Amino acid sequence: MADLTTDFLGIKSPNPFWLASAPPTDKEYNVRRAFEAGWGGVVWKTLGSEGPPVVNVNGPRYGAIFGADRRLLGLNNIELITDRPLEVNLEEMARVKADYPDRALIASIMVPCEEQAWKDILPRVEETGADGIELNFGCPHGMAERGMGSAVGQVPEYIEMVVRWCKKYYDRPVIVKLTPNITDIRKPAQAARNGGADAVSLINTINSITSVNLDAMSPEPMIDGKGTHGGYCGPAVKPIAMNMVAEIARDPGTRGMPISGIGGVTTWRDAAEFMALGCGNVQVCTAVMTYGFKIVDEMKSGLSQWMDEKGYTSTSDFVGMAVPNVTDWQYLNLNYVAKAKINQDACISCGRCYAACEDTSHQAIAMTPDRTFSVIDAECVACNLCVDVCPVEDCITMEAMAPGTIDPRTGKIVQAEYANWTTHPNNPGAVAAE
Amino acid sequence: MTSSTAPGLAAGRLDAESLATGFADLHAPLDAHEVLVAADRCYFCYDAPCVTACPTSIDIPLFIRQIATGTSLSAGQTIFDANILGGMCARVCPTEDLCEGACVREAAEGKPVQIGRLQRHATDTVMARQGHPFVRATSTGKRVAVVGAGPAGLSCAHRLAMLGHDVVLYDARLKPGGLNEYGIAAYKSTNGFAQREVDWLLGIGGIDLHTGKALGADLRLDALADEFDAVFLGTGLGGVNALGIPGDDLAGVADAVSFIADLRQSTDLTTLPVGRNVVVIGGGMTAVDAAVQSKLLGAENVTIAYRRGREAMGASRYEQDLAASKGVKLMFNVQPHAVREGAIDLEYTSDDGTGLCGTGEVISLPVDQVFRAIGQNLTTDGGLTVEGRKIKVTGAGRTTRAGVWAGGDCAQGGDDLTVTAVAEGRDAAMDIHATMMEGN
Repeated sequence: MADLTTDFLGIKSPNPFWLASAPPTDKEYNVRRAFEAGWGGVVWKTLGSEGPPVVNVNGPRYGAIFGADRRLLGLNNIELITDRPLEVNLEEMARVKADYPDRALIASIMVPCEEQAWKDILPRVEETGADGIELNFGCPHGMAERGMGSAVGQVPEYIEMVVRWCKKYYDRPVIVKLTPNITDIRKPAQAARNGGADAVSLINTINSITSVNLDAMSPEPMIDGKGTHGGYCGPAVKPIAMNMVAEIARDPGTRGMPISGIGGVTTWRDAAEFMALGCGNVQVCTAVMTYGFKIVDEMKSGLSQWMDEKGYTSTSDFVGMAVPNVTDWQYLNLNYVAKAKINQDACISCGRCYAACEDTSHQAIAMTPDRTFSVIDAECVACNLCVDVCPVEDCITMEAMAPGTIDPRTGKIVQAEYANWTTHPNNPGAVAAE
Repeated sequence: MTSSTAPGLAAGRLDAESLATGFADLHAPLDAHEVLVAADRCYFCYDAPCVTACPTSIDIPLFIRQIATGTSLSAGQTIFDANILGGMCARVCPTEDLCEGACVREAAEGKPVQIGRLQRHATDTVMARQGHPFVRATSTGKRVAVVGAGPAGLSCAHRLAMLGHDVVLYDARLKPGGLNEYGIAAYKSTNGFAQREVDWLLGIGGIDLHTGKALGADLRLDALADEFDAVFLGTGLGGVNALGIPGDDLAGVADAVSFIADLRQSTDLTTLPVGRNVVVIGGGMTAVDAAVQSKLLGAENVTIAYRRGREAMGASRYEQDLAASKGVKLMFNVQPHAVREGAIDLEYTSDDGTGLCGTGEVISLPVDQVFRAIGQNLTTDGGLTVEGRKIKVTGAGRTTRAGVWAGGDCAQGGDDLTVTAVAEGRDAAMDIHATMMEGN
């Protein structure tokens, strides 16, 4: 049985599955239940400064995108940071950490961009025994209008400045949570590292309008006839999150910096993919808000089974293993030639591959009157669209052509040697191949 | 109340509550959530096999996508554009042999998209609204006689009325609907649906209905042909094939279609007599409908006796299983030999490739009621050319007489199904329209 124990910034947790700072981690009751359910750690819902807490809307806070059978694919929210008094949260955090010393407990913090505000709150957080802090520089709604959250995360200089204050007034690990609402995710990550951050976590939620109420002509969630943009999360954002994680993992300015992966992690496989791209652990929110805390059982058993099958004994065995294979388009092998192949035994003759290829792609699938579908190699560019629209898994596959054979589309012999765009004759800026 | 073991023919073998339960909707309508789950399963196939399998070529992937996107009225419109009796077809079509049998998910996992039930949802949604969803074209001044207000005639009449023609619709029976009203198992068309559907269909206007007018008795084809610009015959099959065995004329021997018609017209099923021991001769849908309903009326033993093997049976496997689930016994490879007082002799059959013949081995079953369900025959041809025991037609229902079209069970072509009759009526209407409007 694989060992799921994780050491992230020296913070030990029995597994790499943490709950992200969000409603599930807003109070002692939830967090105790999460730990009892088996979660490895939690990032407590974001604390604000002392004084009157923030208020939330009293109407709907969430909007959603659904797939087949109302499967929740994307969720957005307009909830703010914790609306409970700071003292209450701190007391609860201290009690929970004392009772669950083996679990990670991180405090998420968002206070104004003033040194004094950070100087005031950090010692009090430290007293709770929390294992570290996560700076919420990502929240894209509400708090950003007050100069916090993503308003800070979008300005690398501010990130670096605040991180320096935190490292000055706080001794334990500092994680910077990044907003994806920015053009180049590497810049805030570099700023975090320059400021001395121990890690980054990403992504926070994405600015979004999930739907429009066509009767009221208002965005949803609708509060008395009006809506605002909210933070988008859930399975739909995972591809965006993974790209940003990979960018940071392979950037010379941030390479090697620990990453906590967030964004649509729903199953063990999602977690394994984020970790393969360089994340030391993952944080989960939407999946538990959809299915409850129990899903961690599947995440633990699934990751463990996969690790056993692959021969990994520790999560550190595979963390970052996919990073070297993330490259730029210009370095992809242009001599690699594949063709789609349809397994006639598996085919159920729905014709979706045909419609997709014939109407929108390369007219590379033939159809007979008895509904047999086959690939025309002379037209197929191996775009993969047929694979993606086929309802039967593995019915259509992409088969590499052996070097030395002739590609019927181009009439050229498939070359065994690697060659990319940088040396391609069509590239005006090509450098001569040596 | 009479018991199910009371001898002979007796009414009231089951109480009213049991009868109401037994004869309730075979497939209750899907609720709103079930509809969305079912619609989500459609793959929106290219050149979809379900459409090809539908005699009326309803654009099934389109209507299911319309349901899935919250526009069931549009879905219903898609169905009615192709098949104005889409509501009845949703209830009575042997979908397992048609659209659902062709569904790629049947091939993939043995569980087709529930096309029939989705069609019912969409058509029910439209029919629950006030008014009629089609508008007549400007009047053409042309008049067409449609004889027979069954599926073929209704479909033809509606399409002609929509195209702006005036239709006079005749039917021999007292109620319109044909087999929809008189010939389909009660649990497939509950709560007076057949009449509601006819009323709704006539809502287009321009169709003048006259019931109790039979071709050959009250109507003459020559007179109709003289009076109208065109005539469509959709008179169905009137006669029932005889068993041709000793005892065929005994009191307890009756036509399955008559039994079903009586049952459908009964206002109190507790008064409808049924035998303790019932044997149905035949292997089609009518045989199953008669057998199952006998059982539901409280008969103790009901047997379907079919002269060939299960595979050759006209009733689908689904219908066979339905009968078995209701307690009907299916006997294969037996043919009627003789009916006696209180018993029927069945002879085993075999087919060595040269044709079906009796083996000489006879089995006797106790019987109080025997239903003939071995097919029907044409009783009214209006003097038209008949070929293969049906009115000869070419193209879209053109008979050998100019200006006269025919469709449905009385005419050649297709299976004797409601949906086939609807398609033939519709297509004949388009051909009648084109013919009448030539040169206009």
